[in-house]
Amino acid sequence: MAVLTVEHVQAQYPGAEQPVLKDVSFQLGSEQLMVALGASGSGKTTLLNLIAGFTQPQAGNLKLDGEAIIAPSRDRGVVFQDDVLLPWQNVEDNIAFGLELAGVDKKTRQNRAQALLKLVNLEGFGQRHIWELSGGQRQRVGLARALASDPKILLMDEPFGALDAFIREQMQCLLLDVWKSTSKPTFLITHDIEEAVFLATDLIILAPNPGRIVEKLELDFAKRYANGEPARSIKSDPKFIEMREHVLSCVFIQNNQDQYHVAQSDQAQVEKVE
Amino acid sequence: MTAQLDPKLIPRTVESQTVAVKVPREVNITLISSITIITLIAIWWLVTTLGWIDALFLPSPTAVLQRFNDLFSNGYMSISLWSHIGASLGRIGTALIAAVITAIPVGIAIGRNKIVRGILDPIIEFYRPIPPLAYLPLIVIWCGIGELSKVLLIYLAIFAPIVIATATGVRSVDQAKIRAAQSLGASPMQIIKHVVLPSSLPSILTGIRIGLGVGWSTLVAAELVGASEGLGFMVQSSSQLLATDVVIVGILIIAVIAFILEIGLRRLQRKLVPWDKQSQ
Repeated sequence: MAVLTVEHVQAQYPGAEQPVLKDVSFQLGSEQLMVALGASGSGKTTLLNLIAGFTQPQAGNLKLDGEAIIAPSRDRGVVFQDDVLLPWQNVEDNIAFGLELAGVDKKTRQNRAQALLKLVNLEGFGQRHIWELSGGQRQRVGLARALASDPKILLMDEPFGALDAFIREQMQCLLLDVWKSTSKPTFLITHDIEEAVFLATDLIILAPNPGRIVEKLELDFAKRYANGEPARSIKSDPKFIEMREHVLSCVFIQNNQDQYHVAQSDQAQVEKVE
Repeated sequence: MTAQLDPKLIPRTVESQTVAVKVPREVNITLISSITIITLIAIWWLVTTLGWIDALFLPSPTAVLQRFNDLFSNGYMSISLWSHIGASLGRIGTALIAAVITAIPVGIAIGRNKIVRGILDPIIEFYRPIPPLAYLPLIVIWCGIGELSKVLLIYLAIFAPIVIATATGVRSVDQAKIRAAQSLGASPMQIIKHVVLPSSLPSILTGIRIGLGVGWSTLVAAELVGASEGLGFMVQSSSQLLATDVVIVGILIIAVIAFILEIGLRRLQRKLVPWDKQSQ
């Protein structure tokens, strides 16, 4: 059954000539990890902001468990590209911040934070200051904070974009471990093709001008990792490499076509003026 | 055919040349500041001892020190030096507390709400550059020559810097932090309490430091009006009596207290906002 339903969504910024997203539709079921992949300007972040309720579409519907999304809510835990943690709180208080806002008592908050610290492999870090943590550790805290309120869905906005290659792969594995243990439906956006292919159970490829879905794929690499196969073994598998190249060519062709159309359009404008 | 390479394009090796990387030397700022102060006192002592400047205009450091001992023992105009210091500190303290209590909410409102900003911004920007001495007569007409007019004058001088610093801090809060709080279910008031206020704290504390400095500058003007005690009053009245040594003692006491408060505020800033690198 679909947890998240996105139907014919269109979004356009004021003054823009064409929509940033046009007629985007998909469904995200329970236990799915959907990745939206696309180049800059393909509307990935806009799509995530719509699902999070930070902005509203010009047309179409977004529903979570059948209820229309009209504003941000603790039903949707969000992990941002930059950790956006609160530096005046320690790690434990940051994780339990959503519970504090909800009026949950301190003991319950502490217990929940400790359990989540264990989940993201940060046991013993509860009393640390945020500025004492590395980039990868901060993102783990961000992930734990998003999970603390037990949201219906997890939204991730290029969460590993600022990390180096080694930490990035560790974090990808951690995310799959967390996804496996929590079974939380997850929607993640990225522009990293290898990351998208590795993490996604369902991959949607977005093309720009206007942002639209050009391909939907069902993949099994995340499930293979969840079943115990090492990440390196999966990523060096010819099937993985083949799929990565297929997705790459899909993104590349779409971008080239788009640039071609833009160039044609510019040329037509020039001829019209002349 | 052998290709001819342009010699200019061939990279040259630097032989037997040691490229030394200059390592910046540690600069002891405290030592430099101490030397500056000692030099200034030495110049002061020299010009007064050699009689280059009349003692009426600039008394010697020894004379000023003797006057300080005298004021400390006998007070000024039958009022002890501690009472003068206490009166001034009381006025500045009251004005500062009132300014902090009112300016921070106003600054938050200006930073968060465009309508409030539209209403209050021109008023604050209009009176902020006016020297307190210029509107002092108006305050005397409205509030008389009692304690209220003195505190109000200092309050108005402190209020504007704190409001502006708070509003600037509020406007520069990371929108992603606000969105993160919204996604965790924060109400608008919870966002102000848990995100906006702590995020703006470094800016607010800087505003308080600036405001306190301006407050001390306004003290002398405030104590022009019907005061019988206070450091500003002491400086004013002694200048009319051409007691330059008392004027200098008063100025030095104001400078030392302001310096101690500034150091205290900086330490408080380091303690309250340890995450803010600019405050460190």
